Amino acid sequence: MPWDRDEMAAIAAAELHDGDYVNLGIGIPTLVANHLPPGVSITLQSENGMLGIGPFPLDGEEDADLINAGKQTVTALPGASYFDSATSFAMIRGGHVDIAILGALEVSETGDLANWTVPGKLVKGMGGAMDLVAGTPRIVVLMDHVARDGSPKLRHACGLPLTGQGVVDRIITDRAVFDVVDLGPGAAGADATGLRRGLVLRAVAPGVTLDEVRDATEATYVVGLAVPDAPAGATTRTPTRAGHQEEA
Amino acid sequence: MTTDGTRPPSDDARPRRDARSDPQGAKGYPDAATALDDLLHDGMTIAVGGFGLCGIPADLIEAVRDSGVRGLTVVSNNMGVDGKGLGLLLESDQVDKVLSSYVGENKLFAQRYLDGDLEVEFVPQGTLAERLRAGGAGIPAFYTATGVGTPVAEGKPVEEFDGRRYVLERGIVADLALVHAHRADAYGNLTYRFTARNFNPLVATAGRVTVVEAEILTDEPLDPDVVVTPGIFVDRLVPARPRVKDIEQRTVRARGAADGVAAPAAGGDGAGSSRSAEAAGPVPAAGREA
Repeated sequence: MPWDRDEMAAIAAAELHDGDYVNLGIGIPTLVANHLPPGVSITLQSENGMLGIGPFPLDGEEDADLINAGKQTVTALPGASYFDSATSFAMIRGGHVDIAILGALEVSETGDLANWTVPGKLVKGMGGAMDLVAGTPRIVVLMDHVARDGSPKLRHACGLPLTGQGVVDRIITDRAVFDVVDLGPGAAGADATGLRRGLVLRAVAPGVTLDEVRDATEATYVVGLAVPDAPAGATTRTPTRAGHQEEA
Repeated sequence: MTTDGTRPPSDDARPRRDARSDPQGAKGYPDAATALDDLLHDGMTIAVGGFGLCGIPADLIEAVRDSGVRGLTVVSNNMGVDGKGLGLLLESDQVDKVLSSYVGENKLFAQRYLDGDLEVEFVPQGTLAERLRAGGAGIPAFYTATGVGTPVAEGKPVEEFDGRRYVLERGIVADLALVHAHRADAYGNLTYRFTARNFNPLVATAGRVTVVEAEILTDEPLDPDVVVTPGIFVDRLVPARPRVKDIEQRTVRARGAADGVAAPAAGGDGAGSSRSAEAAGPVPAAGREA
């Protein structure tokens, strides 16, 4: 049986460290805050200009001037701060936010992300997503494994306009967890710099077979199950890119 | 006129009244319409503060609508929602082009764009903020990694620094900047309230002329330690009319329900009841503080 939204969020939450500064995107990523491991306290950054987002306000205490990036009314925790949008993206672009957890329309096997527009159909805009993926050391995507029409969202190459190139580190779907890793210099398909990023299948949802994952995935990947039958988030962070902040 | 480049030498410097000689009325105008009266012209570029409907200069936007000025280029992170904020200027067909990062809440915008009636430059939110900051700071262009390898970088110079590619983005200077502040003193010093700050301090720096509406006009000068936007950036100041501020996504917890374990409310469509685009409760009335 595939993971539900909360189980997916819990897998993402399991890799968070005490003290992390975290940006959560709209959609399933919002639920990550509900599943923090015991003893882990994080600070949420909202790109509209706030650190230290608290719970939703009590009914009647909501304030139009206090919202998150999803335009929802929120509260501020002790130690919170407000700042302008340039300062907010100095945090993001400058790599000061440790990890961002986002939704996606498509992800490629080299970690390209598409999540901001469907030409001719969906007019949305990228908001802060392009800045987040360009500047945040670790990017985790939470998305359904296939689109509503059943087509794979994990593809050889994104068909939709990109949000960022080679930016995704981990993909958590309702059926499986993949890491995007450097396959090392000289690997087949290496780019001009000798690097080749590729997908490794780390975990599969209970009751979902490897064949079922294969059938629902266009992208090429290798199978490197980390901890069979355990929450995939129990695996440790894998350093995948230069500049990634890795714990000892 | 253009949204690119630095502030040109001032060829149309307007006489500024001096707050030190006229502390009560220095930059003050009675209302938005009067403040904008001689500033608006067809085809101009206007930068507008706010994020969603939070912190938007609602009076000034309505005054632009009422003026009937047309062919505008609007620089703003969002374009309001249908019938609110900058959505008003779309309804009255006064806008030819927008520079925005996210317009997902505006159906009229989407229709106009898909029909080809409206020119749109999608600008990543952080790039938009930095373009305004740069323009206001006299920096004509800067490099950022944001958007490299995406449609955003198409047609723009890309340069490699320390092994990573960056795209060149231009600073923005607008003909007119419209700002919503919380408090203002007669010198034009400004503070903002909570997340209503957002783009407002950046927009305030990026206008050839900057007009500010403030909820509270203080008789005493603001404490210099708390000023966010120094008055040098502010040309004209009007009191914001008292109004109920709009909330796009009202998300609340029921009273008495597990207060102690409520998780932070990070982003989009998560837990909590949500009633979209309803009016918020009354906010403190604008006007002069005693």
